[in-house]
Amino acid sequence: MTAPTLQPVIVGAGPAGIRAAQTLVAHGARPTVIDEAARGGGQIYRRPPAHFARSPQTLYGTEASRATALHSTLDGLAAHIDYQPNSLVWNAQAGLLDVLHGPTQTTRTVRYGQLIVASGATDRVLPVPGWTLPGVYTLGGAQVALKFQGCTIGRNVVLMGTGPLLYLVAYQYAKAGAKAGVKVAAVLDTARFADQLAALPGMLTQPAVLAKGLYYVGWLRAHGVAVHTGVRPVRVEGDTRVNAVVWSDGQAEHTVPCDAVGFGYALRSETQLADLLGCRFAWAPMHRAHLPERDSAGRTSLAGVYLAGDGAGIMGADAAEWAGERAALALLADHGVKVDAARAAELERKLTKLTPFRQGLERAFPFPTDWAAHAPDALVVCRCENITAGELRACTRDAGADEMNRIKALTRVGMGRCQGRMCGVAAAEILAQATGKPIDQVGRLRGQAPIKPIPIHLQAQATAAHDTPAEATA
Amino acid sequence: MTTTTRVIDTDVAIVGGGIMGASAALALRRKGVDVVLLERDLCGSRSSGVNYGGVRRQGRPVSQLPLAQRAHQVWANLPALIGTDGEYQRSGHFKIGRSEADMATLEAYANLSRDFDLGIQLISGTTLRERCPWLGGRAVGGSLCPDDGQANPRLVSPAFALAARRAGAQILERTPMTSVEHDGKLFTVRSGNAVAVRAPVLINCAGAWAGALAAQFGEAVPLHSGHPAMAVTEPLPFFMHWSLGVEGGGIYCRQVARGNLILGGGAGVALDADSARSERSAIATLAVQAVELLPALKNAHFIRTWSGTEGYLPDRQPVLGKSRTTHGLVHGFGFAGAGFQIGPGVGEVLAELARDGRSTTPIEAFAIERFLPDPQAAVAEVTSTAAAH
Repeated sequence: MTAPTLQPVIVGAGPAGIRAAQTLVAHGARPTVIDEAARGGGQIYRRPPAHFARSPQTLYGTEASRATALHSTLDGLAAHIDYQPNSLVWNAQAGLLDVLHGPTQTTRTVRYGQLIVASGATDRVLPVPGWTLPGVYTLGGAQVALKFQGCTIGRNVVLMGTGPLLYLVAYQYAKAGAKAGVKVAAVLDTARFADQLAALPGMLTQPAVLAKGLYYVGWLRAHGVAVHTGVRPVRVEGDTRVNAVVWSDGQAEHTVPCDAVGFGYALRSETQLADLLGCRFAWAPMHRAHLPERDSAGRTSLAGVYLAGDGAGIMGADAAEWAGERAALALLADHGVKVDAARAAELERKLTKLTPFRQGLERAFPFPTDWAAHAPDALVVCRCENITAGELRACTRDAGADEMNRIKALTRVGMGRCQGRMCGVAAAEILAQATGKPIDQVGRLRGQAPIKPIPIHLQAQATAAHDTPAEATA
Repeated sequence: MTTTTRVIDTDVAIVGGGIMGASAALALRRKGVDVVLLERDLCGSRSSGVNYGGVRRQGRPVSQLPLAQRAHQVWANLPALIGTDGEYQRSGHFKIGRSEADMATLEAYANLSRDFDLGIQLISGTTLRERCPWLGGRAVGGSLCPDDGQANPRLVSPAFALAARRAGAQILERTPMTSVEHDGKLFTVRSGNAVAVRAPVLINCAGAWAGALAAQFGEAVPLHSGHPAMAVTEPLPFFMHWSLGVEGGGIYCRQVARGNLILGGGAGVALDADSARSERSAIATLAVQAVELLPALKNAHFIRTWSGTEGYLPDRQPVLGKSRTTHGLVHGFGFAGAGFQIGPGVGEVLAELARDGRSTTPIEAFAIERFLPDPQAAVAEVTSTAAAH
């Protein structure tokens, strides 16, 4: 069997998807690459619209060379792949993907023989009272505003939560702000400084990455940005828009005036596509999430379906590149194409070696496992459906709900436009706290199409174009 | 390792915690009868909790109307009975006609059901356009049953089980039935080595999975699974209080107070024996019909689609009544995608059958023997086969 007989599709054109595509092309295959964004690069190396004239150095800072390398790799593949930007995969079943093309408002069905899912991640959100006020963004959203639209979320910005992105976004905002008159009012990290010290040994396995992190923190402090560790966010204040953040140091409450907030607790994997396809999931303690299972090469429980990048577990951009290449090699080898076994082994070694660093990050920026205990009953957990922590607790108390799909059915949590992508993590934490069950025991929301909301008239087109509808009988 | 099986003796054992089984359990407790219900998952988590939520008498076969009327009274007292209104509203159910032939069919049904006093009104022409300016052009008229309506099945069905538990029923969730035996007097229903429930009466409310239990007692029926395709839109400004159906089928649709429109029609696809999802093409067909029916939906978004697993018999009528082979066995299954409204009535009937051996509501049309070989015909067939050789 030779590569040209393959029918590979890659979903996602971030670091994982691009390296996967490059690898497949190098072996003679012609993959289809479906990308939700207008231009490839993923979230971390997101490219601004074509006519924006800002240098990679300005946009990506220390990551400029990596970003440029990936972008030019993708651009160089143009003649050898079927690249479909602005395209959202909104539904899937064995061998078929339903794809919505944004600009033309059309939907079509893409067939695949083999599939690499590189669906990436979004912010992991843990709400705080006031988080639904205008002016409150996720850290990722704050960064996208900067990288893609070239604007900031406010002029006096508090960045809050924990994780590497907290300091990266703070650094980027503070740096961008020097010219634009934007100020970082404070960086509020729920992790303690002691956590970061304790994590150092594990993180020394990736000295360059560690050095970057330390550089950001040092730069912020040197430039007079207030960095507080070991905080507990208490509330975001404001009437029609955010005007302050109140946080606690365990002894007293402090107020930071601001006009915008970016917050988040690291990232969570986008797993709906793997779920719709029927991949088997398992609890992943380090990620504190139910994730699709994969072997060290990226094979899922389904023949012909592979996972790479943050969509299968948050490992970062470098790991995504390696995992993308590795998954592509696995795909090729599984379908009879000869690949470089030594390279495959080397990639797996690199990925394995990253684990201690990744565990170090968890130690440095631990998930605030006491978040639910501090969440007041009035806190809105699900902003689509306006469901509070108190309603979730009452449902557990009064109706005995002890599992995510049941509490969704009874309260509407996760039933709105985001389908649990934003509120699911917090709802699970509240449910675990209310039932006294360990977090891994409360289950996960079942994935249901569409992956993101889709206009009804587009689904109508899909029928006309691709299916002969059976006469409806119900 | 040995485990000790928990043995429970009771008056009535029920298999299946959907709206039928749960409302039967509640009705039995209200009669003072001890009852144990086994549900393999969570009560109301299958068809009963994921259906469209129509609470409709209109359009049912006349044979079901006595049952539907009985249920209608239960629905009227829902909060007092189960502790929640379950978003139940008598908002009206409007069945649309898209041709004069459809209108004639609707008129015929209005006449046929007149004895049951459903209050059906036929609406067409200018009145139709005045009352529902949001209807698309293909509707020429329709039939309104003002006291029919809608409810939230996600809330109502589990609430029946909770109410039964509060009334003293033992509701064993995540307890799949793995075997059942009958010694001539007592049934023993086991869930692995965990539980053995012993009772003189057993009610089979296992929905799409009820066939195996019936077959074990010599009553194999042609039960098959169906999977309705369902979808819901994002919340839209409220414009429609009627629940809509279409003469001849195809699509049904309602708008909840929150603003979302819930649509159903066409078939889903089974993922395995236990679960199903909306078929892609069915959702697309639904989308075409939805926009035709309600042009305002054109730019709305579907935010979720789903399906469930329901039991269907060839005549789309349930099996409801006593077993013809086994004393103490009572069946209530095969509601063919139309069980939600009659569920609370069925529960009362099942409770009567279990305690008194007969129902005060006519249910002859649903007897299981309509699918069983006629003993005399069977004898004749054997004779003629013998003669042919």
